[in-house]
Amino acid sequence: MPQFNTLTVGQAVDMLDQGGCTSEELVGDLLDSIRARDGELGAYVHLDEEDALRQARAADAQRRDGRRAPLLGVPLAVKDVINVAGQPCGCASRILEGYTAPYDATAIARLRAAGAVFLGRANMDEFAMGSTTENSAVKITRNPWDASRVPGGSSGGSAAMVAADEALAALGSDTGGSVRQPAAFCGCVGLKPSYGRVSRYGLTAFASSLDQIGPLTKTVADAARLLAVMGGSDPLDSTAADLPLPDLQAALQPDLRGLRLGLPREYFVGGIAPEVEQAVQTAIRACERLGARLTEVSLPTTRHAVAAYYIISCAEASANLARFDGVRYGRRAADAADPDEMYCRTRAAGFGAEVKRRIILGAYVLSSGYYDAYYVRAQKARALIRDDFAGAFRECDALLAPVTPTAAYKLGEVLDNPLQMYLGDIFTVPANLAGNCALSVPCGFTAAGLPVGLQVVGPAFREDVILRVGHAYEQAAGWPRRGA
Amino acid sequence: MQTDRSAPAGQDAIDVPYVARLARLALTPAETSLFQQQLGRVVGYMRELAELNVDQVEPMAQTMPRCNVLRLDEPRPGLPREKVLANAPRHDGEQFIVPKIV
Repeated sequence: MPQFNTLTVGQAVDMLDQGGCTSEELVGDLLDSIRARDGELGAYVHLDEEDALRQARAADAQRRDGRRAPLLGVPLAVKDVINVAGQPCGCASRILEGYTAPYDATAIARLRAAGAVFLGRANMDEFAMGSTTENSAVKITRNPWDASRVPGGSSGGSAAMVAADEALAALGSDTGGSVRQPAAFCGCVGLKPSYGRVSRYGLTAFASSLDQIGPLTKTVADAARLLAVMGGSDPLDSTAADLPLPDLQAALQPDLRGLRLGLPREYFVGGIAPEVEQAVQTAIRACERLGARLTEVSLPTTRHAVAAYYIISCAEASANLARFDGVRYGRRAADAADPDEMYCRTRAAGFGAEVKRRIILGAYVLSSGYYDAYYVRAQKARALIRDDFAGAFRECDALLAPVTPTAAYKLGEVLDNPLQMYLGDIFTVPANLAGNCALSVPCGFTAAGLPVGLQVVGPAFREDVILRVGHAYEQAAGWPRRGA
Repeated sequence: MQTDRSAPAGQDAIDVPYVARLARLALTPAETSLFQQQLGRVVGYMRELAELNVDQVEPMAQTMPRCNVLRLDEPRPGLPREKVLANAPRHDGEQFIVPKIV
């Protein structure tokens, strides 16, 4: 029976260090679990079992030779949007079928230098555009808690595999909530670092002013451990901040004494499913019992966040996806008479509907005559959202809020209604717009047994604060995780 | 000078074929009419931003005020050519091959 796949990253590191298991055994148990379950779950889009075992054996050999490294032999899965040298990087799109990454993303290179093993590629919404993973051109992924429901998106594969013990931890990316929302829907931890905290080099760009790579893990301590390895400045990414990471391990305290936690009133208005609100409120009381002082704050520009987010992210995406034109990589439409026809037909055949919608929306809001009314205005709304947070963080150290207005949707429920899907991002997009860090931590279940997430939002570059809040709450609450 | 061409409140008429052409996307008639309808609703929703008072607000393009991030002008190896061409749909070992431009 597989067993080592149920470990956390922290437990795996200890077991490997103490000789309780080898990396090969650990990977073996994960592969057994994947073989048993992933046919139904659909979390992995690519898995080379031989390659994973080869990496694991190499790590074990290095350990026997005396090498020590923070993640030596620890297997991690990677969302199919992040380049891992020699592995496919398809972004769950037809347009990148056959593409093999020629280099490691910086975040990957750092994890590799720490000894990590790269297990396989996680399913996602195509080019990270979506909130259900139904926009993948490869397959759908099911929620491990209810197979008739979505795992969330766009990092749905990453969240599902962690929640189902098919991975110890996985990387995702978060542009408008794509790490936090699937973490909430699947009942695992999801961290969006501050903008500029983790290098975006090697992350296929969706929206360059909003994207961040983030870990999906079983515990807050695991998320801290992975961020500590991945984060920091990078000469290959001029948007990666030249700031040292705070001591994240020291931040993991058992209580919240001395902390002020703000409750943004606009995040608790009507429209939230009662069971979600109840679970979040119960968690807030738990934080108070742990010693935090609660205070109400206001983020008045919240109701404009979704509009501002979709205008800005689609505008940036329309520029970032212009490179997929059949010239240098990926698919190319055959028999085009000239380059223009090649671009138009390649992109028509290669992109799915949601990607096309967002490219068109983005081109529209940037086009002559509409640029001021939409794009510039959205950038001004963005400035007001940033100012709202700055004001709130003068009154408190971090904010507590729901991650999503509802628990996981049924498959197909929002597929034909893009606007309804977009509105579900109301609580997650503001942190991306402002550049803040934010964490989703499991905080309970609905009566139907669907996970609910608690969101902790912190000021930019204060991941230590949100990890502290998340860890103390998680340890006190003790919510059960799903086993294999 | 840019004019504000926002339509009155409600569904916006987004010229999908025109914008798709700008984005080099060849849409089918079915896609065009579906997107016209779906994006019309989305754009209609986005027009609520018009209610926001943004007088005196500077547009925010990035979350961190960084500019002119420089490094020393020292040549370093980049990706080797074979790796760059490895994913190319058509190449001759030195260049990407594309349909004739002129």
